[in-house]
Amino acid sequence: MQPVLEMRGISKTFPGVKALDDVNLTVEPAEILALVGENGAGKSTLMKVLSGVYPHGSYAGDITYEGRPGHFRDISDSERRGIVIIHQELALVPYLSIAENIFLGNEPARFGIIDQGRVYARARDLMAMVGLDESPDTLVTHLGVGKQQLVEIAKAIAKKVKLLILDEPTASLSETDSEALLQLLLRFKARGIASILISHKLNEIARVADRITVLRDGTTVETLDCRNGAIDEDRIIRAMVGRTLENRYPVRAPRIGDVLMEVRDWTVHHPVHADRVVVRNVGLTLRRGEIVGVAGLMGSGRTELAMSLFGRSYGQGIRGTVRIDGAEVDVSTIDRAIAAGIAYVTEDRKQLGLVLGEDIARNTTLANLPGVSTAAVIDEAVEHRVATGFRTKMRIRSFGVTQQTVNLSGGNQQKVVLSKWLFTQPKVLILDEPTRGIDVGAKYEIYSIINELAEDGRGVLMISSEMPELLGLCDRIYVMNEGRFVAEFPRAEASQEAIMRAIMRSKGLNG
Amino acid sequence: MTDITASKSMNPGGDLFTGGAAAGEPQARRRGRLPMAQLRAYGLIFALAVITLFFEVATGGVLFQPLNLTNLILQNSYVVVMALGMLLVIVAGHIDLSIGSVVGFIGALAALLMVRFQVDPLTATALCLVVGAIIGGVQGYFVAYLAIPSFIVTLAGMLVFRGLTQALLQGASIGPFPDVFQLLSKGFLANFAGPWTALLIAFGVTALLIGLNWRRRQARIRAEGPAESLASFIFRNGVTATLMLAFAYQMSAYRGLPNVLLVMFALVMLYHFITTRTTIGRRIYALGGNIKAARLSGIRTERLTFLTFANMGALAGLAGMIFVARLNTANSKAGVGFELDVIAACFIGGASAAGGIGKVSGVVIGAFIIGIMNNGMSMLGIGVDYQQVIKGVVLLAAVCLDVHNKNNRL
Repeated sequence: MQPVLEMRGISKTFPGVKALDDVNLTVEPAEILALVGENGAGKSTLMKVLSGVYPHGSYAGDITYEGRPGHFRDISDSERRGIVIIHQELALVPYLSIAENIFLGNEPARFGIIDQGRVYARARDLMAMVGLDESPDTLVTHLGVGKQQLVEIAKAIAKKVKLLILDEPTASLSETDSEALLQLLLRFKARGIASILISHKLNEIARVADRITVLRDGTTVETLDCRNGAIDEDRIIRAMVGRTLENRYPVRAPRIGDVLMEVRDWTVHHPVHADRVVVRNVGLTLRRGEIVGVAGLMGSGRTELAMSLFGRSYGQGIRGTVRIDGAEVDVSTIDRAIAAGIAYVTEDRKQLGLVLGEDIARNTTLANLPGVSTAAVIDEAVEHRVATGFRTKMRIRSFGVTQQTVNLSGGNQQKVVLSKWLFTQPKVLILDEPTRGIDVGAKYEIYSIINELAEDGRGVLMISSEMPELLGLCDRIYVMNEGRFVAEFPRAEASQEAIMRAIMRSKGLNG
Repeated sequence: MTDITASKSMNPGGDLFTGGAAAGEPQARRRGRLPMAQLRAYGLIFALAVITLFFEVATGGVLFQPLNLTNLILQNSYVVVMALGMLLVIVAGHIDLSIGSVVGFIGALAALLMVRFQVDPLTATALCLVVGAIIGGVQGYFVAYLAIPSFIVTLAGMLVFRGLTQALLQGASIGPFPDVFQLLSKGFLANFAGPWTALLIAFGVTALLIGLNWRRRQARIRAEGPAESLASFIFRNGVTATLMLAFAYQMSAYRGLPNVLLVMFALVMLYHFITTRTTIGRRIYALGGNIKAARLSGIRTERLTFLTFANMGALAGLAGMIFVARLNTANSKAGVGFELDVIAACFIGGASAAGGIGKVSGVVIGAFIIGIMNNGMSMLGIGVDYQQVIKGVVLLAAVCLDVHNKNNRL
């Protein structure tokens, strides 16, 4: 049988990085192909090549789609041929209704006048097909993430999709919503629609996928066939991480000292819905020289905990105490939290971490301008020296410290953010997803930096959704779920299974 | 590579006073020649030169005559003064539409105080500045702490203070002002050193500025930081010095340096210093560049926004007094439409409507482009109708050019 899609020898180079190197991928008719790999393995790049975000000619290799060359100039080009990609960040217009969103750019219309009757009739059909039980008039902003996901899929079907690509569709969904989505994929398969599922949740993949293609460091490692007997998760992981598993994390001999930070009874309410508790009675300790991880699923309240500790930059109705070096500190505003010795490295460096239009030097000193000025006048020579020092120490690859940060790669941007916070001389660093969107090589460098921070006698609190990363770096791991710390493991006892079990066991304890 | 490294200097207007135009040049190898990227940064100065020459020729040489040059300064001074405040507001990512009405209101208040109630001019002036700052502060409070869009807050302010101006004046024009107060706009610096006093002062100031620039450049080189090439330094400072001396020479042929020019010059230098060298200036740029990142870096963004508006209000108050002192009478139409000239000056001068980008030098040049066009077109007898059309087209063209340049470089 002729495959729906065949990608052969795809290579894509960015300045300084070979993102894809001779990647091969086939999708058979009416199958679910899972595409797995670590962050930075090249999954998203490959899908951008397929959907025309990177137009034909900007990559090497060949794409055959439905027996014809699939050389797409842009997304609309690939959509016309029935390839629809649904991104992790949903592309819906919040203040338009479900029906309007489904047909956005594709409205049933005659001479430019929208046929409202057909819009609603077809919207109802499509919504029934994806199992979305809402009025077509409901504004998208009033839907939860799970239902928004379904709107996206309905939108895809409206475009007569033949190959559906889902990029981490269940990452921000609850168990039930995830389950419903997977069932939907299986129904599509029965109707003859092929799909590519990108996911980190290996249990889901093992359940629905027909075949699994594994990417690592921009190359296809292998394709596993699940139709002749299930493939266990360890087998997939081994393919994903390869033989380099042992030394993905730099070694460190922990020298753990006194208690540095102690948080007691920390409770945070949602910034808009004051009655919703987002963080509930959390207590934690962090010692000098210690790296402590916070594990948990998306939406478990980890970022909210971190940001509320950092000068109440999230939430309202915050209660609880923070002690540093035994004395209670005032962390009621961000500048006080910084003064108390806390630094927070955000999970979203482009939106929250950097002023992208400004250069490396200016970003480096932003959180500690007094450190480079006398009487509120900045000494540019000192600033330049400070920034250059960090650039050398962090091995930031750039033309100099006057390069705008918007032109840096993810890993180098993260190093600038880390420099900024190190220049505030913090005792405690809270790192939120410090390696998100960073390629494998730069990750190792970031890990080394984190280790050095601990060796300097600082305390590091590290939030990460990548469990291997927590297991590889942390001396101790807290497990967070539904706003509470539900377990704590020392390094020796921590394992992926133990953490997942702790999360599952705690489900629904809040009623 | 040039395209990336030069992106920091893409702001047109170059930089009259310091090495800012070359701040994006990380490599010392660039020293010794004048790269195209740097020349492009002088596009705005070039535009000013072309416009000036055009009107000089079209008016048969009247533009540069000492009397007209002096008038040009007097007419344009309040635009420059307010553009300094507006630059900060725009860099912070906001806009202030109320300043024309605030000019009228403060002018009326000054008239009432000094003419009706015989308040001592100095006290009245101080009081008016404070009231201006309070007006700006109140609007800033709504913008910063209540998160109301500045466009709406200051649109309301525009109506409120225009109305209050009319209410204060009750339809009358109030004047004349005490002689001492009129000196603000009509007075000239005494020629204490003979007829060439203006030239002497200009010579001293120019030497001082070049000295400071040189010191800064040397400090940068010592720190192995980005320093502009020697050729560029000589060119830039040479042009600036020549212009300042030629200008002072012409001025001394009339009555010397107007007081308002000194005020304006001091303010331009002060705001240039604030925007380029101080922590508060740096923070305003960061706030406009990415407010969330700035807040998470410990910058008190609300207070900073509030302060930029209070500052704008105080400068609008000062401009209001300069304006009434010149007319010697306060009327309810004073300041109508000023906000448009001021905002236009900022955008022509390379400030970005999205915030985070803009320079004092650019804005001053922008203000002079507007001022020379106003002055020149009036002399050519172009009606107010077509003056507006032409100014609108120039504004749009300037911003289009700016956007085009940026897209080519990023």
